[in-house]
Amino acid sequence: MNPRGQPCATAGSCAGDNVLRERGQREVFCGLTGIVWLHRKMQDAFFLVVGSRTCAHLIQSAAGVMIFAEPRFATAIMEERDLAGLVDANDELDRVVAQLLARRPDIKLLFLVGSCPSEVIKLDLSRAALRLSQKFLPNVRVLNYSGSGIETTFTQGEDACLASLVPVLPTTTVEARPSLLIVGALADVVEDQFRRLFASLGISSVAFLPPRRASELSAVGENTFFLLAQPFLGDTARALEQRGCRHVAAPFPLGVEGTTGWLRAAADVFGIDPAHFEAVTRALRERGQRAVARYRPQLAGKRVFLFPDSQIEIPLARFLARELGMTIVEAGTPYLHREHLRADLALLPPDVSLSEGQDVDRQLDRCRQARPDLVVCGLGLANPLEAEATATKWSIELIFTPIQGFEQAGDLAELFARPLARRGRLVA
Amino acid sequence: MQLTVWTYEGPPHVGAMRVATAMRGVHYVLHAPQGDTYADLLFTMIERRDRRPPVTYTTFQARDLGGDTAELLQSAMRDAFVRFAPDAMLVGASCTAELIQDDPGGLAQALKLPIPVVPLELPSYQRKENWGASETFYRLARALAKAPPTGDPRLKREKGAGPVCNLLGPTALGFRHRDDLAEVTRQVVALGIGIGVVAPWNATAADIARLGEADFNIVLYPEIAATTAEWLKRTFGQPFTKIIPIGVGATRAFITEVAGLAGIDPSPALARAETRLPWYSRSVDSTYLTGKRVFIFGDATHALAAARVASGELGFDVVGLGTYSREFAREIREAAVTYGIEPLITDDYLEVEAKVGELQPELVLGTQMERHIAKRLGIPCAVISAPSHVQDFPARYSPQMGFEGANVIFDTWVHPLMMGLEEHLLGMFREDREFSDTAPSHLGHQPSEPPAPIQLPKSIARSTDVAWTAEAEQELHKIPFFVRGKARRNTERFAQERSVGLITLETLYDAKAHFGR
Repeated sequence: MNPRGQPCATAGSCAGDNVLRERGQREVFCGLTGIVWLHRKMQDAFFLVVGSRTCAHLIQSAAGVMIFAEPRFATAIMEERDLAGLVDANDELDRVVAQLLARRPDIKLLFLVGSCPSEVIKLDLSRAALRLSQKFLPNVRVLNYSGSGIETTFTQGEDACLASLVPVLPTTTVEARPSLLIVGALADVVEDQFRRLFASLGISSVAFLPPRRASELSAVGENTFFLLAQPFLGDTARALEQRGCRHVAAPFPLGVEGTTGWLRAAADVFGIDPAHFEAVTRALRERGQRAVARYRPQLAGKRVFLFPDSQIEIPLARFLARELGMTIVEAGTPYLHREHLRADLALLPPDVSLSEGQDVDRQLDRCRQARPDLVVCGLGLANPLEAEATATKWSIELIFTPIQGFEQAGDLAELFARPLARRGRLVA
Repeated sequence: MQLTVWTYEGPPHVGAMRVATAMRGVHYVLHAPQGDTYADLLFTMIERRDRRPPVTYTTFQARDLGGDTAELLQSAMRDAFVRFAPDAMLVGASCTAELIQDDPGGLAQALKLPIPVVPLELPSYQRKENWGASETFYRLARALAKAPPTGDPRLKREKGAGPVCNLLGPTALGFRHRDDLAEVTRQVVALGIGIGVVAPWNATAADIARLGEADFNIVLYPEIAATTAEWLKRTFGQPFTKIIPIGVGATRAFITEVAGLAGIDPSPALARAETRLPWYSRSVDSTYLTGKRVFIFGDATHALAAARVASGELGFDVVGLGTYSREFAREIREAAVTYGIEPLITDDYLEVEAKVGELQPELVLGTQMERHIAKRLGIPCAVISAPSHVQDFPARYSPQMGFEGANVIFDTWVHPLMMGLEEHLLGMFREDREFSDTAPSHLGHQPSEPPAPIQLPKSIARSTDVAWTAEAEQELHKIPFFVRGKARRNTERFAQERSVGLITLETLYDAKAHFGR
């Protein structure tokens, strides 16, 4: 039996859709890539990858186009002698961390980030993090998570990172008033908008994970309700539930509909009067709808094919289909978390084909055969598809752009209209 | 373990990808974990290629490790052969796959594919990208190159047609390889020499098979092609060039060398040479470039060439010279002796950073990584070597080699420096609110605060046994920014050597008189 597998259509039960599960070559990033945005969000954190030259090369190829006076990430590259014996490797790691912290006294939180090589040789970074924390606390806390390709795909690196933060969050007192925790790295401007919105809804105790500084970790406990801002946070959600926090099920805040559903889920939990909710959000919803409507004429009826990348594909497909009138040819996702995506799946048009996992050559065959108007894909595929006269929207941008919330709904639509508008403009 | 902020080279399998992607009809099956496909972006984004690199990855995941990863690799090879129908295949492992030891070569052999399959042994924890490219090219040549057929074309040609050479070294993702190749081809053709095979750039397996038919080889990038050229010399008796035509002098010497190997008189070609660098550099506008202190770092080929051009063709002082190419350390050491400086052979970014901090040059000629260092230290910088990023794969014609390359070099290296008039005025008037010596106005930036003080290693931190009077410290700040670091160092050295504990105005000017500018 060919272990790369025939694409097997397995009957999934979500929203009546069949989900195609595929295995084969996956053209995706590993979780280490999360460092590229996480290091900007948490200003006093440092990310030390324990890996090979390949890992170092990945991060600098992604981030090195920016010129850094002081980057907040680095790699401890394992060498031949580190592979020989594990005790030695631990001593080496301690030496490298001491060297790093001497150079960067401003660092308050250090993540030891596991990679494929460190996982395969089973270097125990969680014990190393404990050992180093004991040595460097209270100045520096050392945590550990894995961003390896064998275990994590792209945005799952953020999930692993945030999940590692959950156990060190302070605990709320039993009598604490109910609080809301928004989980998932958001652009600063989006975070500020949501903070204002929750305040005007009357939810006063709102915190964000990750925080902008390591010193601002919010307390959690049995009275904490958490709302996921991103669809790729399975492990973080589980870790929060283990701390007694309660998940608020909601669609993801992409587009006007998603944002409304997301806010309403929180408002319901906090017992906000629906009339008040309506009063606070009506003008914002209408403004968001006007902004999205500008792009609808260019996008309605266009056929879009989404390659798997970040797990944001399903909420995105829901937005493109329902608010922009696009036809979804296929929405691929590297991993389908049915529970967290329940609300988005329920809103998807019934005829959408979904795929989980990838066999990139077969998927390209399907894509070429379908001749979509727009392909959402990674940068390894984008230019080659453009050269085949297929319009593409590179997917990584959706992680690096403020797209959540009412005020960004129009910007999100514009991201998809832009490549088509560009093709209309260029004469040569 | 090595603490690595930035790495000068990727892993060796990226070198192999550079060879495969440069070629046509050669496919590379790489045993690698999910995520290693990031390397595709180097080619599709940084080099802006319009097709996917000819690489199939097994992209195994954790759950595959319990199962049969060897079978995964074999089916990937089989599928790649069927789908892409290559003329030859490379098979190898990335760093993680090296740890699980599935033996790509043996597994490929067992498949009995009807095409040449070249197994690559690239030790990821010892070797790096350029070695990987060099080894891959060499293995391909060994596997495919055939002895010249009977009725040797080389003998036939002697009766009439001109001599023929191969051009070896240009790959995908090479620093200006595309335009260097065009420029050198022009020079070679102008001499009346035919081009046999260009490799790996655009070569097919059939082209590699014909490598032995040329009269001699031109090695453009020794880091990639020297091993193959040595082997071709041993096997087919082809001599190869040693001079790299970067800079006006080197280009002239290269033309003479090539003509010599071809048995041609180089003087007509040299007489026709058109180059602007020598006049631009002699024109009085360039006088202020004299003795500018420059630090040079890159791959050995580009660093050596840059040092020659900087010192002999632009009149700079080479105060630092180094490379990350350990394979060519000897050449760098020899060159450093001629400039009277210590060579720096390292792939440790932090060591390079410390050296630049210590030397306080006025210009850094380096890689993309030295741009980070130069930003931190507030020093002008130009890129002369890989690693480089997307802006160094330009649309315009931008060779480094040949006479046009010299023109490009003049413009590129002088651009980041403060222009002459501005430099003079800043030396005279220090309190202007718009013009500041931290940012040349022709680069369009507002002057910025100098970067925050950094923790330098103890060995180069300022010695604490010498103090400055407030007056002397103030005077020091009237010295333009780009030479201030050197003035401070010289004054402190002067004071220490004379056991002066407190630096006064007098000490400052005594030191200035002693050392000159």
